[in-house]
Amino acid sequence: MSETVMPAAQPEGPVLEVSDLTVTFPGLHGGATVTAVDRASFVIGRGETLGLVGQSGSGKTTTGRAVLQLQKVTSGSVRLLGRELVGMGRKPLREMRRHMQFVQQNPYSSLHPRLTIGRILSEPLEVHRTVSRARIRERIVELLELVNMDPKVVDRYPHEFSGGQRQRIVIARALAVNPDFVVCDEAVSALDVRTQAQIVTLLQGLQERLGLSYLFVAHDLAIVREMAHRVAVMYSGQIVELGPSAAVYDSPGHAYTRLLLDSIPVPDPAIQRLRLRNPLPDVRFVDSNPGPCAHAEDHATTGTAPMHMIGPDHCVSCRFQPQPR
Amino acid sequence: MSAGTPLLSVRDLTARIATHHEIVEAVRGVSFDVAPGEAVGFVGESGCGKSVTARAIMRLAAEGTDVRLDGKILFKGRDLLTLSDREMGKMRGRQIAMVFQDPMTSLNPVMTVGAQIDDVLRRHTDLYGRAVRARSIELLDAVGVPDPARRADDHPHQFSGGQRQRILIAIAIACDPDLLIADEPTTALDVTVQAQILRLLMRLREERGMSLLLITHDFGVVAGMVEKVNVMYRGEIVETGDVDTLLSKPQHEYTKSLLAAVPRIRVAGAIS
Repeated sequence: MSETVMPAAQPEGPVLEVSDLTVTFPGLHGGATVTAVDRASFVIGRGETLGLVGQSGSGKTTTGRAVLQLQKVTSGSVRLLGRELVGMGRKPLREMRRHMQFVQQNPYSSLHPRLTIGRILSEPLEVHRTVSRARIRERIVELLELVNMDPKVVDRYPHEFSGGQRQRIVIARALAVNPDFVVCDEAVSALDVRTQAQIVTLLQGLQERLGLSYLFVAHDLAIVREMAHRVAVMYSGQIVELGPSAAVYDSPGHAYTRLLLDSIPVPDPAIQRLRLRNPLPDVRFVDSNPGPCAHAEDHATTGTAPMHMIGPDHCVSCRFQPQPR
Repeated sequence: MSAGTPLLSVRDLTARIATHHEIVEAVRGVSFDVAPGEAVGFVGESGCGKSVTARAIMRLAAEGTDVRLDGKILFKGRDLLTLSDREMGKMRGRQIAMVFQDPMTSLNPVMTVGAQIDDVLRRHTDLYGRAVRARSIELLDAVGVPDPARRADDHPHQFSGGQRQRILIAIAIACDPDLLIADEPTTALDVTVQAQILRLLMRLREERGMSLLLITHDFGVVAGMVEKVNVMYRGEIVETGDVDTLLSKPQHEYTKSLLAAVPRIRVAGAIS
């Protein structure tokens, strides 16, 4: 790895800085515009994992794609290694792609079925020219060893591997260009629980060795707890809670976070029986009306973000308070 | 109840699945009982044979596969494997019903949900005329679909994933089956919706005195729902026991490794 070009040195600032990221989609059949991501702001430091959780349709995948500039950003800013990606020209953006990579959910469809593992791994190396042609073979061996796979597999095809092995190959491909930042979108969701645990361990080990920063998008809160240093909870396109994982999981500040945590089935019969006996709170989370919020602040007039600190580095939105149905 | 005859008694069940070029023994020598009103869970990873076992009881094969079943599946003392297709057809839906994982593809997209429940009722019960739709609406109400009389005229795409799963459950319980088989009924759903569906299954089971066979990969899902658990690995039951003992003191190495891999989440102290 010594030969590869180091990123434009930015040792002090965060690796990723997202502020007021908004993505809207045109409505169906001329209907109202849909705001998939609504003024999301967060930072990710070097070697840090930010977990992004929320139910399907909450905007977490769109956030990941918008950060990677795979989705058109409506407004807001995404700075990677100090450089603004929103509105960046094609060529410079292509160069920046070397620093940011994507690992997606389905290891069955994200590998080309007709290419050998060797071809799959050499492609990013050729595109981004991070190593000389002569060194490509050597680098592929390095990459496979990095994800704990036997380098002898280079001439085999994706279908010869299990889901977990395929996901290792996808990770190796993402790491080929020595990225600083990887978006993992439901990267372990399709895998069995024991395989999940192995991939989580692998991702953590790689983070430690390579100083990677992750945006770890998942609906499974337990996996995110394992992976993330800090976690953001999304609801209806907005981040409703953001803080250190321990704080968010152990003393959640937002009612929606609490509902999510209380809904996870735990492998303890006594607790689960008790939970199933209790009816779920019949509430809806409605975006609050204009006017003073629960913290007596009128964000519409002050122009401040509807976030309130409730602990060190731990903030909660005053929007989407539960209301009885 | 335990002293009586089991509702379902599976003995030495073997399922061989013919694929393009080989025959796979997906289930090998599986035996278990389900007592009347009892809930039994099957837990294992993908490919362990838990779904094949569940489908075997219904004598259904996954699409595009050819399954050969051996052994005995005694339901109320009758071996389902010896029934004619016609007899088995009567059994399905009426006495044994099944809910599958994917609520998106299990419903007919071009029929209203009311018509789909009507269809089951006409086929399997003596109801006719207006009584059919009235019963369908009752069923939608029982599974918690709001405004059921109006929603019966809607099509599947007009419902959310959770609501669709409720509709499938309504279809499954339409004829008051004695045994409900639920194969990963909440896997495709969000965690808050999963919590609702599990509560619904629990309530229906108690109200109707149904037996439940719950297939899942998630120990958390079986924990509060069943009395007995079978852990499957590579086509065989490797451990069986009551849910409290099995989860607190697993014996088999495989069960231990599965439980160890479940990421632990601190349980919020205050569950009101």
